[in-house]
Amino acid sequence: MLRLEKRPTPSKFWLYATPPVAVILTMIAGGILFALMGTNPFEVIRTIFWDPLFGEFAFYLRGQLLVKAGPLILIAIGLALGFRAGIWNIGAEGQYIIGAIFGAAVGLAVFPTESRWIFPVMIVAGAFGGWVWAMIPAILKTRFNTNEILVSLMLVYVAETILAKASTGFLKNPEGMGFPGSRNFSSYPAAQNAFLYEPLGLHWGGVAALVTAVLAYILLTRHQAGFQIRLAGQAPRAARFHGVSPARLVVLCMGLSGALAGLAGMFEVTGPAGQISIDFNTGYGFTAIIVAFLGRLNPLGIVLAGFILALTYVGGEMASTSLGLPDAAIQVFQGMLLFFLLAVDVLTNYRFRLAVGAH
Amino acid sequence: MDFFGGINPVILIATLMASAVPILLAALGEAVVERSGVLNLGVEGMMIIGALGGFVVAVETGSPVIGFFGGAVAGALLSLIFATLTQVFLANQVATGLALTLFGLGVSSLGGQGYNGIKPPATGQLLPDALADLPVVGPILFGHDWVVYFSIAMTAVLWWVLKSTRVGLIIRAVGESHEAAHALGYKVNRIRLMCIAFGGAMAGMGGAYISLARVPQWVDGITAGAGWIALAIVVFASWKPWRVLIGAYLFGGITVLQLNLQVAGSGIPVEYLSMAPYLITILVLVIMSAGRKANGAPAALGQNFHASR
Repeated sequence: MLRLEKRPTPSKFWLYATPPVAVILTMIAGGILFALMGTNPFEVIRTIFWDPLFGEFAFYLRGQLLVKAGPLILIAIGLALGFRAGIWNIGAEGQYIIGAIFGAAVGLAVFPTESRWIFPVMIVAGAFGGWVWAMIPAILKTRFNTNEILVSLMLVYVAETILAKASTGFLKNPEGMGFPGSRNFSSYPAAQNAFLYEPLGLHWGGVAALVTAVLAYILLTRHQAGFQIRLAGQAPRAARFHGVSPARLVVLCMGLSGALAGLAGMFEVTGPAGQISIDFNTGYGFTAIIVAFLGRLNPLGIVLAGFILALTYVGGEMASTSLGLPDAAIQVFQGMLLFFLLAVDVLTNYRFRLAVGAH
Repeated sequence: MDFFGGINPVILIATLMASAVPILLAALGEAVVERSGVLNLGVEGMMIIGALGGFVVAVETGSPVIGFFGGAVAGALLSLIFATLTQVFLANQVATGLALTLFGLGVSSLGGQGYNGIKPPATGQLLPDALADLPVVGPILFGHDWVVYFSIAMTAVLWWVLKSTRVGLIIRAVGESHEAAHALGYKVNRIRLMCIAFGGAMAGMGGAYISLARVPQWVDGITAGAGWIALAIVVFASWKPWRVLIGAYLFGGITVLQLNLQVAGSGIPVEYLSMAPYLITILVLVIMSAGRKANGAPAALGQNFHASR
């Protein structure tokens, strides 16, 4: 019989080996799934993981990678800070929506004024919107000891109804001939998040994601607050003796992750999405949870992980148009990735031993 | 007997009992799981897999009863992934539960293609019309399908099992102190695994009730957060079966009232009415959590157990 034995110290090797091993296992299990669905698994895997980088349309698809990875990275970094401290904000999807609404509302309020100050103010408004939405579970947690997982998740559904109201009511395009959805930002240059360098898909959201990754890395490794976050997650009792206030940590982590999710929403609505619409949110807030874990809750790892998940989005779209693979298959594939990641992760802290004889 | 612009209180109570069934079943299952010390956040995923599994089985066999069992089996199978990861591979329960929900939503959306727009075989009223047509008590007590009665019976059974049987004592021991239970010779992880599978079956059956009786058809994302509300109700109920029933009925009442107000045209915008169930869940969580430190949560909730000896 194999049995688990706790390692004296976590394995450095498996800490870094877990994500690639999980990705490979997911490709194998996903391949079996795709084969069961009657597609050629090798062709599908190649379409998802190879073609966007080196295939026929790579010149266009490579740009799409950063477009998708940007919001994922931005949200996942915020989530990872909280996850490290044992604070579970899983309502990033809602904060993303509210950030987008706040950001867009500021821009649309001053339409059609032209000023170079409009976009920066919208960025602040977007971050503020996400922050406000995350402060609800944070304050309920610190004041009333309410479970932040459930509250932040409930607020996703509330945010979705607000989004529906925004696109059919208070942010609806007055010249939209009755169709739901706001004005399109592509026709409003002062408030538009245009591409800075189109071949790479770089817009301000991508810049923000990469800068945030570096800042978060510095915060975690060099700053007192980062030390407190790590301490609170690994040894809550020791953290309290060290003088870490749990309430302040909740407000800090939830606030940061909310603001980052709000930023992501704001950059998305003014850039790739273009307008507030009923189906504006596409689940980035939930996929970012996978990104955070795949990146091992490390900001630099999250950048890599963000690109891998972006690959599944971009490649998945390709596979769906060229091979008829249903969109939901990609969602299953992403879910599997998190499962394998969590399963392989056991090897970081434990090792398998052959139990000799009768135990 | 009308108030609120044409809402009949008898019909309201009868409807809320039916509309509460999915969250009642799921929350009862989750209450057992959490009593054994495991926090499974994958209820939403297990419910939607149960909704699909139940729907497919019922449509293919033509029998809604077999459909409900199909839903239970589907939910239990999905929960075994969670059980394997957390009990064998000792993975973080919060993360694994979230993964279960994401995976379940994906699988259901994938597997449900081709089942849109089909009507499932109907689950009819259990008792004869002579009883159900009685004034006032008829619709409330006798006018339901069998699953409504089953869900109430399960509440009673689980209350009895947890409170006064040996099995219940073992489950609670494992959830309060896994070290002590292990020292007494109980297989902590095996007991938890069985509780998780039971919770999965209950959630799956609850999901099946949505797609077979409440809606009744297959729609992508049909559970719409019911699994998360079930999780909140377990906290509301302080992990006690009868309080789960009260919580589920309160919530069912709010949902029905909200829908009735939408239909009746109360002047309140539809969007604000449809966010009401979620806001009220938050409010209830706040009231239940305020002032108390642990409000009766099992002591080992969310902690994995690894027998070092």
